[in-house]
Amino acid sequence: MALDSKVPKGPIKDKWTNYINHIDLVNPANKRNIDIIVVGTGLAGGSASATLAELGYNVKAFAYQDSPRRAHSIAAQGGINAAKNYQGDGDSVYRLFYDTVKGGDYRSREANVYRLAEVSANIIDQCVAQGVPFARDYGGLLDNRSFGGVLVSRTFYAKGQTGQQLLLGAYSAMNRQIARGKIEMFNRHEMLDVVKVDGKARGIIARNLVTGEIERHSAHAVVIATGGYGNVFFLSTNAMGSNATAAWKIHKKGAYFANPCYTQIHPTCIPRSGDYQSKLTLMSESLRNDGRIWVPKNLEDVKAIREGRKKPTDLAPEERDYYLERRYPAFGNLVPRDVASRAAKERCDAGYGVNQTGEAVYLDFASAIDRYGKEQAKIQGIDKPSKAKIYELGQAIVEAKYGNLFQMYEKIVDENPYETPMMIYPAVHYTMGGIWVDYNLQTTVPGLYCIGEANFSDHGANRLGASALMQGLADGYFVLPYTIGDYLSNEIRTGKIATDTKEFDEAEKDVTDRIDFFINNKGTKSVDYFHKKLGNIMWNKAGMSRNEKDLKDAMAEIKALREEFWKEVSVPGSANEMNTELAKAGRVADFLELGELFAKDALERNESCGGHFREESVELDGEQKGEAKRNDKDYAYVSAWEYKGEPADAVLHKEALEFNDIELKQRSYK
Amino acid sequence: MNLTLKIWRQNDSSTKGRMVDYKVSDISEHMSFLEMMDVLNEQLIGKGEEPVAFDHDCREGICGMCSMYINGEAHGPDRGITTCQLHMRTFKDGDTITIEPFRAAAFPVIKDLVVDRSAFDRIQQSGGYISVNTSGNTQDANTTPISKHAADTAMDAATCIGCGACVATCKNSSAMLFVGAKVSQYALLPQGQVEAADRVKNMVAQMDLEGFGNCTNTGACEVECPKGISLENIARMNRELMKANL
Repeated sequence: MALDSKVPKGPIKDKWTNYINHIDLVNPANKRNIDIIVVGTGLAGGSASATLAELGYNVKAFAYQDSPRRAHSIAAQGGINAAKNYQGDGDSVYRLFYDTVKGGDYRSREANVYRLAEVSANIIDQCVAQGVPFARDYGGLLDNRSFGGVLVSRTFYAKGQTGQQLLLGAYSAMNRQIARGKIEMFNRHEMLDVVKVDGKARGIIARNLVTGEIERHSAHAVVIATGGYGNVFFLSTNAMGSNATAAWKIHKKGAYFANPCYTQIHPTCIPRSGDYQSKLTLMSESLRNDGRIWVPKNLEDVKAIREGRKKPTDLAPEERDYYLERRYPAFGNLVPRDVASRAAKERCDAGYGVNQTGEAVYLDFASAIDRYGKEQAKIQGIDKPSKAKIYELGQAIVEAKYGNLFQMYEKIVDENPYETPMMIYPAVHYTMGGIWVDYNLQTTVPGLYCIGEANFSDHGANRLGASALMQGLADGYFVLPYTIGDYLSNEIRTGKIATDTKEFDEAEKDVTDRIDFFINNKGTKSVDYFHKKLGNIMWNKAGMSRNEKDLKDAMAEIKALREEFWKEVSVPGSANEMNTELAKAGRVADFLELGELFAKDALERNESCGGHFREESVELDGEQKGEAKRNDKDYAYVSAWEYKGEPADAVLHKEALEFNDIELKQRSYK
Repeated sequence: MNLTLKIWRQNDSSTKGRMVDYKVSDISEHMSFLEMMDVLNEQLIGKGEEPVAFDHDCREGICGMCSMYINGEAHGPDRGITTCQLHMRTFKDGDTITIEPFRAAAFPVIKDLVVDRSAFDRIQQSGGYISVNTSGNTQDANTTPISKHAADTAMDAATCIGCGACVATCKNSSAMLFVGAKVSQYALLPQGQVEAADRVKNMVAQMDLEGFGNCTNTGACEVECPKGISLENIARMNRELMKANL
């Protein structure tokens, strides 16, 4: 099947407006007769559910957590971008669009990104109207901060809990519709398959995680909003339950999976400490606004620090290598995430890592405390302030800005980050790849939509900070509610979809067969054993730096591990009860397939772009020597994979990326 | 370190539960409490026994899913954290640790340490929102200035993660800190004023209907709250309720 992105014609700035003006609408009386299933209740799914219900559709929403409010969007810390230009620093829709396409290393679809930038400002208006308590300045107006990879301040925030506040906003909008009966909420439910009737998505099979009951739910359209697949690495900043099962199931039923290898490895996470580790904790990128990243200049100092003979604070400024400021003078510590992560890996691979594992660099706030302290002394009219006074005043400002993050760090690492620099190391955080969707956010299966992190569309090969929240809410509040209406306008005569059909029978049978297999297998190894092994393969061979040999090895090793899994996996308990191991087994089984496709995609893309770094594709000389080398001539396309049984047999479809409004350039942050 | 764990095991909401003793060894002080529980569960699975069911998700203190009552305290002995942020360095080699679910009539046990907190959702559904459609056609976000103090205080109230530690801790199983926080967030902001009276009345009515107890000003909820939600929020809710009933 040829891929049709369905991007409207016309100048980029008019596409969305013209599209809205010309789509078919569903009249309010008919909306009452149309059902929509939304799987996932994070920013994308929560906002979509609320908006579709407000419009009058009957929404059934599903979450594996015990409440929609617990979706992992809640963990986003730093902020949300919007082209409001409140700071008057030259921001505009075009500039946000440009930054996002450039930040994504020219691997996203121009028209989608422009639309995202266009609706971004509305998100802030909407959230404020909902009572989201964004940070304000003393004049009572909204405050902004800046984030990596851009030269303006366009990020709105609510302390270090922006994701939480935005999700609670969407959750409150959902609650209003749940109370009205327009959303039927299914908590502690997991979608285990999609049901297609005559080629169209018509429902799902879900498992009640409390009783184990298998349920059939039908609808006129199905929306997948289940987030990313970062947990294929086992260790990531994702929640423990974050999984790719819904996305993978729809892939197996005909939805193409796009760019699986595009993974964001976030530079500012707390380094790992031992084999027992269950997840990694992110420290907001906003810390890079004020923190300076460094390692010692001399290997003797590295050794002394590792052995505890020296403390980082013992090193004079000239004994430190502020390597981001050295390599990228224009952006310094605020280079995009992929660049910052690779630079940390480069230093640590060269032996400069500052902890026992050799995988940590410093993030230091001493300069910021000093700068803010002096500024405050001036504001408060303190003449010739003492060093201690400056420190006290500066620390108070840093605490007000990042207090909760500093507290979080101290609880985990047991060190006071005001007194000694934090240690950080990159960790898997976000997946730019995902289910392929067209301009309407529809997958290659009619009636099946995919929004938020679960789709591939807006971030190209690298996502800029504070853009995930923006995309999730844009898709759910402002894009999908229009585009899905265009499809549903043809469904007004369909009537209720029956669930006692052979399509539902077959889908349910597949689901119960698999569950029965797990329960009866009585293998010798736990689900986590396999998940950890998969994570190791992914991190070592398809992580921050990739090459042909490693990727081929990874594919073979994952395949072998998958075969072992189906022989040896052990799932205690029964199917008809709350059984967390059973739920995990199904998710890991899907990760074991997705991981192989991931490696295959990374192998096929023999260029370096954004978060995907191929060792075979680097600049060999000039100012950019050693930096990632993109290859627009051969790889300016989206890789959309069609399922054909084994992941290794997946068939590649290419969507050519055309850039009419932005000139393709090498990304330079020097 | 080596530890003895006394853990509440209960098959489902209709069967009787009991405390069961387990031993775990070689626990690192750097582990989080839930990672220690992972070690126990791996051990149980290895022996063909059923692992202990417990709620958890983000493991960074923000989703509000984890919910254990450890040595008689919601989220354990440390302050200002959730169970997932509790680290084993808080305990000593040879310690016996008692682990129970959050207990309250309104939070029935589902299995082992997992409880049903959907009562919180229903309270929110009764009025914990501002009735504005998500059309995007609202006024510009900067049209109404909001004083930094009001915005910051609303934010402090809004940081509640809905974990239920306040209820589990309270001798009356009162949900007033939780409800007070949500009422306060909206009462402090101009956007929330329009529906303020109905909101507080409806939310308090639903809270009573769910079977939560009343507040007798002990203040244990504030001490155990992982996000430091202040008792002031209960006072503000009471004021709002009085205003609404006048």
